[in-house]
Amino acid sequence: MSIDLAPTAAPAPAARRARVDSRQVGLLADIVNVLVRELQPVLRQPASVLFAMVQPLVFLGLFAPLLPDTPTGSALQWFVPGIVSMTALMSASFTGANLSEEIISGSFERLLVSPVRRSSLLIGKALREMVPLLLQTLIIVAVVTPFSFDLHLGGVVVGVLVLVPFSVGLGALSLALAVAAKEQSWVFWTVQQTVIFPLLLLAGVLLPLDGAPGWLRTASDLNPLSYIVDAERALFAGSFPADTVLSGFAASLVVAAFGLWVGVRRMNRAS
Amino acid sequence: MLPSVVVMEMNTTHQASGPVIRTAGLTRHFTRNKQTIEAVRGLDLEVAAGELVAFLGPNGAGKSTTLRMLTTLIAPTAGTATVAGFDVVRDRAAVRRSIGYVGQGNAAGHQYRGRDEIMCQARAHGLSRRDARTRTEELLEAFDLTEHADRPVAQLSGGQRRRLDVAIGLVQEPPILFLDEPSTGLDPQNRVNLQEQVRRLNAELGTTIVLTTHYLEEADALAGRVIVIDHGQVIADDRAAALKSALGDLVAMDFASADAARAAAERADRIEGAQVSVTGSHVALRAAFGRDAAPGLVADLAAAGTPVTRIEVVGPTLDDVFLDLTGRSLRETSTTTSTEGAAA
Repeated sequence: MSIDLAPTAAPAPAARRARVDSRQVGLLADIVNVLVRELQPVLRQPASVLFAMVQPLVFLGLFAPLLPDTPTGSALQWFVPGIVSMTALMSASFTGANLSEEIISGSFERLLVSPVRRSSLLIGKALREMVPLLLQTLIIVAVVTPFSFDLHLGGVVVGVLVLVPFSVGLGALSLALAVAAKEQSWVFWTVQQTVIFPLLLLAGVLLPLDGAPGWLRTASDLNPLSYIVDAERALFAGSFPADTVLSGFAASLVVAAFGLWVGVRRMNRAS
Repeated sequence: MLPSVVVMEMNTTHQASGPVIRTAGLTRHFTRNKQTIEAVRGLDLEVAAGELVAFLGPNGAGKSTTLRMLTTLIAPTAGTATVAGFDVVRDRAAVRRSIGYVGQGNAAGHQYRGRDEIMCQARAHGLSRRDARTRTEELLEAFDLTEHADRPVAQLSGGQRRRLDVAIGLVQEPPILFLDEPSTGLDPQNRVNLQEQVRRLNAELGTTIVLTTHYLEEADALAGRVIVIDHGQVIADDRAAALKSALGDLVAMDFASADAARAAAERADRIEGAQVSVTGSHVALRAAFGRDAAPGLVADLAAAGTPVTRIEVVGPTLDDVFLDLTGRSLRETSTTTSTEGAAA
């Protein structure tokens, strides 16, 4: 439908006058518009991405040296894919915090009243997670390559591809959590912190779970991130074991599907 | 100030064709801790194209809840509402394309830039990249924001942010603009500027404007029509001047003694429609044309041997109207949140 206050016959009063007429935007353009908006703070202030890199670099600098070398290679070779996965987990799960801020400041409400589809709002925001994932992986790999880390570029690229759906799905869940928490951002932080660390530890990111008791192994088997980390380790080592890589990718897709489903449902009920 | 150049550029032709907002039995309940709060109770309203309407009432009266239903943010519990001819539940997308909304918070995200945010809103309304860019520059200029357009919104002053909110709300030249407590948190200067912008938008573009406020002065100064809402219901709906003149002027008089005051009150009571009360040597009289009756009354009382020693004639305020309607002063109630009141 068109909202046009101007009589159609009247000439535009000024040459630079924009034709203003609200009309339905295609789904893809709608998502792209949200995605572009999401990327603006990153593009305008790239330093914000670097700031998020402090934690993984601290782990690399202060934790990796404590790990013994494995029979198959250096400790770094084993640890880096885990740290890349951890960075993806942290970064994507934090994304709802930005939304929390927008809920409190009011800009989210403006978007809810705008013609942007609720689903586009969620998907566009979740897709943003691809960018920090790429940048952060790039930085980590660049930092460790001069040390005892053998770069297998093909493996790293596929490894990132495996992580993309996971990041997007987890980002969607984080957004759904922020929408549910509304102005009470402490709810967001409490849930986020409570969920993140078990996921991280049960995936064997920091320490291998080889000698773990049975119940811990069962819990680990239920954690999608475990399969992803296994796949990342194989890929970063330059090997492509089909079953490991496929289960990692499948786990990542399951997180994406579940996250987007929950996220869109929650966003549709946002007020 | 909205510069005239932009007002001229925007087209002002406007057809007044029936109500652009219509509600029937509009109701919204909230459930909190197993208690049902009736925030809005069976609202029946019609707003014609080109009107400037203020919803006035204390916090928790149901003004914002009504506005949130009309802007599709929340669905009604019962009843219906159409905005620009579209149902707010069944045809949300069309309603959203037809309205501008300036909420209580800031429209622009604090870590974004003003220019980017206006642009994004224009694209959301389906403007081509070129049109969106032209429109963005137009609005930045109109709201005197061009030099602040590339700074993070967080660094802007309160007044600049509010101008940006309004600019974003006007991106598609909406025929209907909703403003929720637009001047809360603004200093007096910015408040006056904002009111001036709103007035011009209504007068020169014919934009239908609905705003909520708990500032009496704002409703009085701004709105052609004031809808007083309390406990989720409309308790008065008229032009501000009509609401006030119905209540009448207050004529406050002092006398030499309590006896003189009592005698004067008896004489004053003969004025048609007057409500008279005596406290000691003080007489308060409220009458529809009190200011016109006062000179004659003073002469009459002097002739009767009970001269007025001091007189004050005060025109009615909307607060008096609210007090008369509810028995409470809006100034007092507006400082306390009365969700409990809404439930009562």
